[in-house]
Formats: sequence, C-alpha cells, structure tokens
Amino acid sequence: MSVAALELDCRARPCPQPIIELGRHLRDVGVGQVLAVVADDPAARHDVPAWCRMRGQEYVGEDAAADGVPRYLVRRLE
Amino acid sequence: MGIGAGDGYAYLDAASSEPLHPAARDVLLAAVDQGYADPRRLHGPGRNARLLIDNAREVVAESLAVARDEVVFTSSGTEAVQLGLLGLVRTETAPAVVSAVEHQAVTDAAGWHGRVVRTVPVDRLGRVDPETVAEAAATGAPEATGVVAVQHANHEVGTVQPVEQVAERLGGVPLFVDACASMGRLPLPDGWSALAGSAHKWGGPTGVGVLVVRRRAWWARPYPTDDPVARTEHGFTDVPGALAAAAALRAVVAERDEVGRRQRELIDLVRARVAAIPDVDVVGDPDDRLPHLVTFSFLYVDGEALVTELDRLGFGLASGSACASDTREPSRVLTAMGALTHGNARLSLTRDTTRAQVEALLDALPAVVARIRAQVGIA
Repeated sequence: MSVAALELDCRARPCPQPIIELGRHLRDVGVGQVLAVVADDPAARHDVPAWCRMRGQEYVGEDAAADGVPRYLVRRLE
Repeated sequence: MGIGAGDGYAYLDAASSEPLHPAARDVLLAAVDQGYADPRRLHGPGRNARLLIDNAREVVAESLAVARDEVVFTSSGTEAVQLGLLGLVRTETAPAVVSAVEHQAVTDAAGWHGRVVRTVPVDRLGRVDPETVAEAAATGAPEATGVVAVQHANHEVGTVQPVEQVAERLGGVPLFVDACASMGRLPLPDGWSALAGSAHKWGGPTGVGVLVVRRRAWWARPYPTDDPVARTEHGFTDVPGALAAAAALRAVVAERDEVGRRQRELIDLVRARVAAIPDVDVVGDPDDRLPHLVTFSFLYVDGEALVTELDRLGFGLASGSACASDTREPSRVLTAMGALTHGNARLSLTRDTTRAQVEALLDALPAVVARIRAQVGIA
C-alpha cells in the first residue's frame, strides 16, 4: 500500500468526526501525497470514498493499522 | 397534532408515516361501532363484519387493479412482507436473491433461519440492473433460487426499480415486490407473484398491511394457521382498520394525479435549492422516482444534530445517518449507492404539505448547515 505522509488517529470517534478531521488536514500533505485516516466508526468505510468523490480527491483504498483498526488512504490531487 | 407538532409545525416525514386521510378518519369512526364481530360467525353482527371486510377487500382490489380474492389484510406492512416473501419459497433451504436496497424487513425475512441470501448491487441512483438480478437468480448453487425480492420504489431515496424488466428475466423463479413506499402513490408494476403494502404509509391507519398474492402463484402460508384453505384470512382481521385503509387508498388513488404532480414540482424545487448548498450529496433518481420524497447528505454535518435543529425550528424530517439511528450503523441504502451517509436528512411530503412550508424549510436550511459546520470549525 502507499506510504502515508500523515496519519490521523480517529479511533473511537463517531461519524462524522473522522471526515471532519480529513477535511481539516488535507492541506497538511502535499499534492500527490497520501493522507491516512485510522477509524473504527463503521460509517467511515463509506464516507471516506464519498468524501473523495465530492471533494475531487483520489480514494486509494483500505488497509489496517498495526492494531487491526481499518485505515483509509486518500491521495491529495489538488 | 402531537407533542412538538403544534400550529405552524411542518411534518415532512410522510415516508415514515402519512397522517390519517380525512376519508379514512370518517370511515374508521363509523366502522369501529359496526365491525367488532367475528366475520366467520353466522349471526347478524358477524354478517355485518363480513360485509365490511368484503367491501374493504373489494375497494383495495379495485384501487390496485388486482382481483378481490388476491388481497389479504395483515397486521402490518412488515407482516405482509414476511407472509408474502416466505410463502413463495417452496423449501427451507432454497436461497433468496434480494436487491441491496431492500427495506430491512425484506432482508430479515429473506435470511430467516439462516437461508442463503444473495445480494444484488445497485448503481449510483440506487437501481438494480435486471440482467444482474437474473444472473444471481439463475445461480444454481447450493440449490435453485427460491425467491427474488425487488422493491417497487425505494423508501429512502425514491428511485423506482425496473420490476417488470426483472420479472421478464426470471423464468420460473417467483418475484416478491415490497411496494410499501409506493402503494397508492404510483400504479403497480406487473410480473410479480406476491406484493406487500402498508396502510399508514398512504394515509390509512397504523396496524394494517396489505398482501396481494397472484391467483396463478404457488404460495403457502409460512406460519401456523387454523385454516389452511382460506388464502385471504390471516388471524382476526382488524375490520374497521381494513375498511379505513381501503377508504384512504381509494381516495389517494383518485387524487394521485393532482397530488403527485404538485409533489413532484415541490421535490424538484427542493432538489435544485439543496444542491446549491456547498458540499451536499443530493441522492436518488431525479426523475424516475416516488413523487413525494428526496434524500440529501451534507459533508461534515452530524445527522442527529441536523434533524434535531430542524425540529426545533418547526420542521420534522427523518435521517438515515448512523448517529441518528438505533443501531449506530449507517443506512444500507446509502452505503449500497456509494452516497455520503453522515449529515443525512430525508424530506417527504404529506398530501397537504404546502409550497410555503417547503420554501420556509429551504430558506432555513443553509444557515442551519452553516451553523453546524461552524461549530466543528469548518466554514
């Protein structure tokens, strides 16, 4: 999987907080770099890709953090 | 009007439950005094109840353009779904095929007792592809498909499904159609074996469901019964309720061209004005849809906060967001469509919702969304 330039720890944070963090921190990575969101909230699996579609960013995919919590990867396109 | 719903309150959640139609109210009150007896008895009061129930069945059949002996009254839409779907399956192990956007009651009935359920995906508008449904139904393992379930129109996003095109491709596999969201509002499609509706969604009383089983269909009551012969009786029918449901259905069908046209225009207006708010996902088919409802989701907005704030301002809307549900799981309909699940609200019009009420909501909505976003530091 792609190497993330920044990882946001959103464990135990309910929807829509992981997406709010994603929106706040996108510009903390450079264009072309990957931002990772670690979130156990079940809505994040659907809302990270939906956010990418609505905001014109690239959804790279899902892997897992070392503790098994899902990690969603987003590439900044602009 | 109930708690929190006084004068000036705009109830915009008809898709959860439509207020009782005036035609149903009068019939209900009259029938409560007349329809108490057991319609199976041979005495006068029993014959009265029999007359009323036969009349209710006749009116429902006429309103739906089906035969009178195809109509069964149940105690809810959920029960109609369970009876209809399970009654079509010939063995306990035959798999079921369902669309990914069925109501939970359909999905639960299909998977009852561990039955294998194959789920057919939908496109971005929430619609199944008839060929994909047919392919799933033709899969023979572990045994031939027992039933296919595809709803008439979606209860959350309004998208109408290609039921007849699905039916044409199923060969001998029976098709169950959940029409709870559409019954009375749209003419029914053809090609199904059993179909379910729910009276309180068209302005009938609560606690009355309608199951329609085609004469030619193989169908067997899936629950214990004291009368295995009579298809059209299920327990002790709520005679006044059934009669009131029938009266409401007849009234709704009679006025649906006029009401539907007005509702379509208002929903078009909502879709256009909501789409102008930044970072919003307006969901579902804009044209081939139920006349009275629309769903939208706002980025960075908590769905519970959204509907709570709208309620405070005098607008009653539903939300499919996880934070606004009992299960904390996001709506299966929205996830299946790839739609944004948080910050979600569903607006659905009652038959007498006015343009002024809709415009008042549309005037208030941008500031509500901006305020919730500002609270979490996103402008």
